[in-house]
Amino acid sequence: MSEGKAKGKLAIYWAASCGGCEIALLGIDDKILAVDENFDIVLWPCAADGKVKDVEKMADGEIDVCLFNGGIRTSEQEYMAQLLRKKSKVLVAFGSCASEGCIPGLGNMDSKESCFKTVYHDSPSIDNPEGVVPQTETEMPEGTLHLPVYYDTLKTLNQTVKVDYFLPGCPPEADRIWDAIVAILEAKLPEPGAVIGTDTTVCDDCPRTREEKKIKKFYRTWEIQPNMDECLLEQGLLCAGIATRAGCGALCPQVNSPCIGCYGANNGVEDYGMQLSSAVASVIDSDDPEEIDAIIKDGIPDPVGSFYRFSLAQSFLRRKNKA
Amino acid sequence: MSNENFEPKIVGFMCNWCSYRAADLAGSARIKYPPNVRIIRVMCSGRMDPSFVAKSLSLGADGVMLAGCHPGECHYIDQNYKAMRRYHMLKHMLEALGVEDERVRLFWRSAAEGEQLAEAITEFVGDIKKLGPLKWTDNWEEGDERLEALEAIVKEHEEAMEVNS
Repeated sequence: MSEGKAKGKLAIYWAASCGGCEIALLGIDDKILAVDENFDIVLWPCAADGKVKDVEKMADGEIDVCLFNGGIRTSEQEYMAQLLRKKSKVLVAFGSCASEGCIPGLGNMDSKESCFKTVYHDSPSIDNPEGVVPQTETEMPEGTLHLPVYYDTLKTLNQTVKVDYFLPGCPPEADRIWDAIVAILEAKLPEPGAVIGTDTTVCDDCPRTREEKKIKKFYRTWEIQPNMDECLLEQGLLCAGIATRAGCGALCPQVNSPCIGCYGANNGVEDYGMQLSSAVASVIDSDDPEEIDAIIKDGIPDPVGSFYRFSLAQSFLRRKNKA
Repeated sequence: MSNENFEPKIVGFMCNWCSYRAADLAGSARIKYPPNVRIIRVMCSGRMDPSFVAKSLSLGADGVMLAGCHPGECHYIDQNYKAMRRYHMLKHMLEALGVEDERVRLFWRSAAEGEQLAEAITEFVGDIKKLGPLKWTDNWEEGDERLEALEAIVKEHEEAMEVNS
């Protein structure tokens, strides 16, 4: 693509994430060679060498593009977000965690202490009789050792530093990643602040037939065997396709599984969970307050996990009330 | 949390055809009610997006009041039933997020019910006063530990860079 042209500089970083975004990036297969043709990878802790101290020595804006996945849960992650923002011309929130908090953001339903209790005490696989939990400072004969501070509330990348573009998905689909890379290489990026992707919803890609939505009862996925032809929401399954940005090709509904909303909010929606729950509530087939309440409480025992599975940290309220 | 001097900030979303007119009627009839509710007129209770409520609470409201035409009397036929369904879903969500039940409430008040609207406002403001302030943004403050940790990282990295260069 760029014979003889000077290579750009690319950084790929991860924070509070699962590592799936790194694998998704390699999902573009041999096109990764085209990325290598055009960019020097200056930092990619998962797959390449490259040290933080080398990034620190760079001039501001020296990195052309930084793909940042993961939310911000620790002081070290916040430092890296600030550093990479300073050193990068274009900062992309790559994937759901960086964009909207994703599954790590559901930790915002609990406190730091409660997260530590689960991870270091209560999990069945844990053997920790002395009750050791990570400390930010530990004195050793050789000196003081430091660990980052774990925050009570996970923040998205955009709540921490200014983000230029968002690439949604958990993880982003390989084809959409390649589209974004091509847009970067050809300098055909949208206005800063935009999502690189489509502005339709999963329903637009879903082949199922849709008629009038009237829901008398919500079912959990294990309670019924839905048919392959009709809209899953009309069959009583909580399908998030109505509120979710397209980009995946409606993969889940095509294998009889409701959309769980990993591609996040469409353009113009500020609070995904409120929009989705509002849309779902409005088609409940009852005018009686008590019956409505029963349909909701029986069918949706975990509203935050159902409607904010990927976007609690990015919502207006961000977390559970601590008071 | 509650104290005598606490004046709650309350956002009220009221429908154009009934509840907002009830507020007008209360005003022209000189019925007294507490001034804590900032009324926002929407065309219909069906226009009251639950995200308006979440946004209000996250921006510092201590309570949110929703009001529309009585069921069966909606200017847009049945949109207030949608408001009712959304309200129940919203309450279910807010309960899970730890927002006290009393902070968000839906009332049905017709254009003729100025007095009843004033009563509802008085009752609602009284309940929120008893609850005390919400202060939602305090929920995501990390405290001094965060800044100290960030300063320590910067210092450590500066020292390392000096050694290496």
